[in-house]
Amino acid sequence: MNIVDRRPNPKGKSLSNRQRFLARARVEVKHAVQEALRKRKVADVGHGERVAIPTRGISEPIFHHNRRTGRTDHVVPGNKEYVRGDEIPRPQGGEGGGGREGSPDGSGEDAFEFTLSKDEFLDMFFEDLELPDLVKKSLKDTNAVDLQRAGYTVTGTPSNLSIPRTMRLSMARRISLRRPKPAELEALKAQAEEARARGDEEEAERLFCEFERQERRNKIIPYIDPIDVRYRRYERVPRPNTEAVMFCLMDVSGSMTEAMKDLAKRFFMLLHVFLTRRYRHVDVVFIRHTSTAEEVDEETFFYSRETGGTVVSTALDKMLEIARARYPTDRWNIYGAQASDGDNYGADSSRCVQLLGGEVLPLCQYFAYVEVGDGMGGSLTGLTRDSDLWRAYSEVAPAHPHFAMRRVGDPAQIFSVFHELFAKGGVRA
Amino acid sequence: MPDTRADAAQLRADMPLFTGPNWDFGSLRRVYEAIEKIAFDDLGLDCYPVQIEVITSEQMLDAYASVGLPLMYRHWSFGKRFAYHETLYRKGLAGLAYEIVINSNPVICYIMEENSMTMQTLVMAHAAFGHNHFFKNNYLFRQWTDAGGILDYLIFARDYVAKCEEKYGLDAVERVLDAAHALKSHGVNRYAHRSKPNLAEERQRTEDRRAFEEATYNDLWRTVPNRNSDDRDAETREGERQQEEDHRKLGLPEENLLYFIEKRAPRLEDWQRELIRIVRNVEQYFYPQKQLQMMNEGCATFCHYEIMNRLHDRGLITEGSMLEFLHSHSSVVFQPGFDDPRFSGLNPYALGFAMMSDIKRICEDPKGEDREFFPEIAGCGDPYRVLRNAWANYRDESFVLQYLSPKVMRDFHLFQVADDASKPVLRVEAIHDELGYRKIRSALAKQYDLSRREPDVQVLDVDLKGDRCLVLGHFVHDGVLLDEKTCRSVLRYAAWLWGYGVKLLEIEAATDKVLKTYEAATDAK
Repeated sequence: MNIVDRRPNPKGKSLSNRQRFLARARVEVKHAVQEALRKRKVADVGHGERVAIPTRGISEPIFHHNRRTGRTDHVVPGNKEYVRGDEIPRPQGGEGGGGREGSPDGSGEDAFEFTLSKDEFLDMFFEDLELPDLVKKSLKDTNAVDLQRAGYTVTGTPSNLSIPRTMRLSMARRISLRRPKPAELEALKAQAEEARARGDEEEAERLFCEFERQERRNKIIPYIDPIDVRYRRYERVPRPNTEAVMFCLMDVSGSMTEAMKDLAKRFFMLLHVFLTRRYRHVDVVFIRHTSTAEEVDEETFFYSRETGGTVVSTALDKMLEIARARYPTDRWNIYGAQASDGDNYGADSSRCVQLLGGEVLPLCQYFAYVEVGDGMGGSLTGLTRDSDLWRAYSEVAPAHPHFAMRRVGDPAQIFSVFHELFAKGGVRA
Repeated sequence: MPDTRADAAQLRADMPLFTGPNWDFGSLRRVYEAIEKIAFDDLGLDCYPVQIEVITSEQMLDAYASVGLPLMYRHWSFGKRFAYHETLYRKGLAGLAYEIVINSNPVICYIMEENSMTMQTLVMAHAAFGHNHFFKNNYLFRQWTDAGGILDYLIFARDYVAKCEEKYGLDAVERVLDAAHALKSHGVNRYAHRSKPNLAEERQRTEDRRAFEEATYNDLWRTVPNRNSDDRDAETREGERQQEEDHRKLGLPEENLLYFIEKRAPRLEDWQRELIRIVRNVEQYFYPQKQLQMMNEGCATFCHYEIMNRLHDRGLITEGSMLEFLHSHSSVVFQPGFDDPRFSGLNPYALGFAMMSDIKRICEDPKGEDREFFPEIAGCGDPYRVLRNAWANYRDESFVLQYLSPKVMRDFHLFQVADDASKPVLRVEAIHDELGYRKIRSALAKQYDLSRREPDVQVLDVDLKGDRCLVLGHFVHDGVLLDEKTCRSVLRYAAWLWGYGVKLLEIEAATDKVLKTYEAATDAK
């Protein structure tokens, strides 16, 4: 008999099968992820998710009997009351006491449930957005920690050995324990020999004794003792990011359809993912506006409907007001994201330009504006006339490199809004 | 070595081999040796050498995913199985098996690091001896699985699939494997091969036949009118003869669908045929296990029960361990009734163990009815010889038919229900009484008969002159048809492999009447 310890074997033997499975079920998993995204809050986007997918694409059919046809006999245990000839009503669910068949391959189940890891979830999320690989990596890269010197420790790797500190302790110990220096020993020996040469046996004997004692002491008290050894200690500290606040501005007037809002939500989510990787703490402020603007919670922001006109400047006003009151620029990095279908009250556009160029942009690290369309493509690609807001913002754009504007018809176009933001590796405070 | 000295001391003093729940490699070895002595000397088991491998729970999940084999080619369905088991396990809905044992030579026995020492003892008795003896001795395993070669074959299979993926792309390989998996339960040989015709023997046979005809020649036969020449025209006859000839050449009818496709499908490439062959061979390896599940588990359970009791009798395990063992043993052989929410069919551990324990009882202490039912073994006094014979020469179906005793039927309260889809109610046909014993026994045996459990699908014909359509037939017994939805999807896979259309006829076995026809066209490759 042979006993083998397999525990140290590399893990994740099934990983490539899992990837194949996910690739196979891609359509279904993606659908489930979209569904999950709809339910999720903007700030929750970076977690794993338990998803249930329909078995359609991943079924493994084999020939098997249809249990609702023909005549079969079942022998089952646990008879309590029946005698020969008794009639039993057919159990619902069809299988006359035959029991349930093995589950992962059976046809009985209609949804297959499993858990996606955080990375897999984000992959699915990013897939739609067509992010460049480099960006994906920097987004998923969570090791944003620095090593910082933090004193000394008695354990560590040789490469971290602190020689000055070790020698200092060693010296202190040698002095306090009165370890003889080599020169003193030499001198003692010389004295003893000199005494012997003089013929002063008694003195020589005493000195030799002393010499031996000192020499023993020299051996007993080591030059460097393990208790002297010190290593440099490092602490892992999160990169000293300051805090960021993200303002989500959205037009919720009647002209915004659900599809547009969904696009807008993706846009906000992406910015949020980006910010959470850069900053330790991200606040999100939701401001919705019609002809007036108000700060609301996320639920209301995305899902409640309002009617009314559209005055965009009210939202910018609100944002300035909140920023000044709660988010002083010396502590907070301010990011703005605005989504709208481009409608604005005619006379308001000039005021928007003033506000944005004169006050909002100087305050912000970055401000992105997306004009969402209904996803039909053509209507957004320049064939139609520019919207009021688009024309107004176009005036501001050239003077401010940290202002990005883009028209978006489907999720794949969202990323291009942030192109510069990601390309530069982010705008740092 | 300090270890052996400790061993000797412990054996001398008749002290327990271990105390407390923690295990270490020294005690594993000590316990293994104690079990080995009992297994060989008392039970007369005959085993392959054993390799015990300690694994973590995550590795156990890996092993689950690759259908219990230590290595497997890559395919998404294994990933699906892993995700499924992982989710169940993480949710706490399902525990993991304590062991997995692989029928190879040497037998590989996985044990989990989380098990207590008592569980490791149980697992070794169960898997390393019980299953091991069964693997080595049962006739189906001896006939169908090459224990010495399976691991090497799996290495070959994994590497070959990987090479194909590299060369032809993941998708192309996946398509073939998906399609082959759909037909895999019809990709096994159920009977041993015909021996290959030998030229000299064939010649001899023809010669003998000619000599016989010459010796018995009677001119009178020539004058007897030939039935065929009278009522059928020559063309039909020629057609029939031709068809028979074609069938003979193609080896039809053939029930191993994958084999037929591998050898005959006109549009497959060589590597695709090799992939089909791999699926076929792996499935063939599992073919005996499907027919032996109850006996295999019963044998292992019976062995561990006997061994643990003997260990306890000899003071080699503590009372505490014995109680822990009994607790887990009784949950393993627990059989919920049909109306219990936990019921999911007959528990193979429970039935196998009960039947084997009862054989032991019949051999040692038979009652009157046992003498009537089992005259040849009742009171013979050597239960292990009888059991070893049963383990070697029976499969689930024949074992039930031969050895299911009235007492076991009474203990299980077995009853037979007839489920006729055309009637609104089920009818109790037999219960555990004098009139019912034999009926229940044969009905239960039928339930274990693989050829009844799995649909009987065969290749009937290939339309060689027309559109090359492959004709499959499902022989319907007792009116049980195929499940329509899965049947259609499987046929699509079959059509893809075949390269041309595939037709499936549902044929009533008793009357040869065609009940239903499915057709699947192939899409362009």
